[in-house]
Amino acid sequence: MELFFLIITLILSFLVLLCLYRGVFGPTVLDRIISVGVIGTKTSVILVLIGLIYGKVDMFVDLALVYALLNFIATLAASKFFRYRKSIMPGAQYLREKGDK
Amino acid sequence: MIIITILAVILVLGGLFFFTTATIGLLRLPDFYCRMHATGKGDTLGALLLLMGLAVYNLHHGFALGTIFVSIKIMFIAMFTFLANPTATHAITKAGLDCGVEIWTKEE
Repeated sequence: MELFFLIITLILSFLVLLCLYRGVFGPTVLDRIISVGVIGTKTSVILVLIGLIYGKVDMFVDLALVYALLNFIATLAASKFFRYRKSIMPGAQYLREKGDK
Repeated sequence: MIIITILAVILVLGGLFFFTTATIGLLRLPDFYCRMHATGKGDTLGALLLLMGLAVYNLHHGFALGTIFVSIKIMFIAMFTFLANPTATHAITKAGLDCGVEIWTKEE
């Protein structure tokens, strides 16, 4: 059963790498925020899986809980910042040029 | 105890399916709002199913008090993700609407 969890962890890590593409090359800032949020959720699950593989779930569960809280606060703060600034700089320009065509 | 293992495997594989769907949607869909649509639901349900499977598998040695507490804690993470992920999705979408990001339409 540890082998099964190890395979699941490896597949999730591969999905995190795929999400990182959108975080690096995403056209707007908000795409990057989505990508960071998705990676944070997957990391929180991966931490519980690592705890099950090592046999020390009671320690890793607290780390996963803290990671989920931090991820939520970070996403909320970034979105509130861009909401009150009323512009997403490189992305807004990109979308305006795309809309003119 | 074999029933608990089979249930855990089914839940974990279901969660992995939803995670894969959310990632494919994040990579392939054309617009910011469409990507939000893919990840806001797929990621939430995937995390809920996967953590539920892990909480069920944690009980496979027996129902001691410490083990049950650890399972309840894993379910706390799942419920928090279930509440927090749609809230974050709503906040980011509101930020995009207030910043004036245009909605993607099919061009001819």
